Amino acid sequence: MKTDLVIEKPSSKAHGEWRKMELAGYWALRFTLVLVLFILGVIVFDIVSKGAGVINWEFLSQPPRVGMTEGGIFPAIVGTFYVTLITIAFAVPLGVGAAIYLNEYAVQGRFTRLVRMSLRNLAGVPSIVFGLFGMAVFVKFFGFGPSLIAAGFTLGLLTLPVTVTAAEEALITVPRAYRAGSFALGATRWQVVRTVVLPRALPGILTGTILGLARAAGETAPILATGAAFFLPHLPDSIRSQFMALPYHLFIMATQHHSISQVRPIAYGTALVLLLLVCILNLAAVLLRKRYRDRVAKGL
Amino acid sequence: MHSISEKVMKIIFLICGLAIIFFLAGILFTLLSNSWPALREMGLAPFITPGRWNPGAYGEPTYSLFNMIYGTFMVTVGALVFAVPIGVAAAAYLAEIAAPWERELFKPIVEVLAGIPSVVLGFFGLVVIAPLISRIFYIPSGITALNGAILVGIMALPTIITLAEDAITAVPKEYRNASLALGGTRWQTIWKVTVPAAFSGITAASLLGMGRAIGETMTVLMVTGNMIAWPESFLDSVRTLSANIAIDIGDVVFNSIHFHALFVAGLLLFAITFLVNLLADILIHRNPEVNK
Repeated sequence: MKTDLVIEKPSSKAHGEWRKMELAGYWALRFTLVLVLFILGVIVFDIVSKGAGVINWEFLSQPPRVGMTEGGIFPAIVGTFYVTLITIAFAVPLGVGAAIYLNEYAVQGRFTRLVRMSLRNLAGVPSIVFGLFGMAVFVKFFGFGPSLIAAGFTLGLLTLPVTVTAAEEALITVPRAYRAGSFALGATRWQVVRTVVLPRALPGILTGTILGLARAAGETAPILATGAAFFLPHLPDSIRSQFMALPYHLFIMATQHHSISQVRPIAYGTALVLLLLVCILNLAAVLLRKRYRDRVAKGL
Repeated sequence: MHSISEKVMKIIFLICGLAIIFFLAGILFTLLSNSWPALREMGLAPFITPGRWNPGAYGEPTYSLFNMIYGTFMVTVGALVFAVPIGVAAAAYLAEIAAPWERELFKPIVEVLAGIPSVVLGFFGLVVIAPLISRIFYIPSGITALNGAILVGIMALPTIITLAEDAITAVPKEYRNASLALGGTRWQTIWKVTVPAAFSGITAASLLGMGRAIGETMTVLMVTGNMIAWPESFLDSVRTLSANIAIDIGDVVFNSIHFHALFVAGLLLFAITFLVNLLADILIHRNPEVNK
């Protein structure tokens, strides 16, 4: 595509010089990407090299002990697991529903543009503003108190743009002919959506769900005042309980603990577990999406 | 039977669509209604004029966000100064020069970078960048505005690269071919034809990166030191608007003036990011020649 129209000019000295400068330019541009790669490499290397030694079965399966200077991060893992489950239970049905409305039911026009614009702006709202909203609405107004459910709903709002966008992308890739064929056979719109469109779009929706999970698992600011706790002696036993969470635990271990240098290894271990969790989820989503797109490209 | 479930489902999906508008409006309404008691009592002026943020003071607490607005501005500008050129150069490379295998390799890497939780980046800034800054500039602590700017720039990079690449790729092929047919080299074509044609998209990408930078909370909270004093330079500690909310949100007394003042800060943050994102949105959607 890019080289099809390049016509080799007769070589001259000036042209050779010019060509050399162009090549240098290409290398300069390539360098910027290598720089990005390098930055990522340094971040990952630092955390993996200093965190790997900390992680063992005890670290993953034990609660913190002795004023959080020893022991593991088990309650934080459990808390993050619970809160992301609530997030997904909130964001996925709503997100898929909104995507179905936008793509299958609505007449494209001013109203759908408004919905999509709201969605893009929702994606741009700072995470701490979600935290303020969650505190005012879920914790205080609905009276949930600082809890799994308040934090889960807050994170759910934050991940909604991710799930809607992924679901819409999945719905768009279902060929129009499938719908037309079903309608021609006398199916109603809901029947078409339920039996033809949704099954085809399922892998894409799953991708969005995983991306949403990854996003929710890594967020700290929205849960600061909606339910995350510094330390809890027992695991959360209901959706009204407060909880410990991996990102919040890392924040505390990195900046708030009374003897920060002593707990640095624990902070590294927590950072590595969080990084692994988020990277594995993102990688799974990327692979799933790639397989899905390849299949669509082949027209299967 | 069928027609009932048809209608019910249609209404359910419509509600899901409406919910999105409702949530955005709800956030705005919550911010407005919760900051109103503070604004009614003091007006907007004490929040945005020079002064101190001192909600715990005996006698006369003060709630000036002035230094923090400046702190947010510093970190954001510092981040964009390097993130925009690097991001656009990387996008130009990915879209115009990179071999397919390079694109296959680099694009997931950029996505991985986008996925790193902000709290992990903040931790990295604390343990790696901060000692580096203090050694390079001979200052006792590397917990500075510069540290925040570097990390927030790194966070904004994936947004800028991905969206700028989309914008450059969307430039019609005819533009490039015309330039090449006239004897322009690939380099000239990139910088004199393709990138200028994608200018509004690239600006939008930078604006969305800027939106991320302004709203970023945990990273700056962890690495900029959060001092309320006016920062003299990038080697001083700063507190941003977002960090200020995060610091006080944990133990603020419900429905106190302090509580409402935090919502004023939130409203300000929301308004700024909303305008920046809206501008980006307008730029992306008014690009007639590229949308063809």
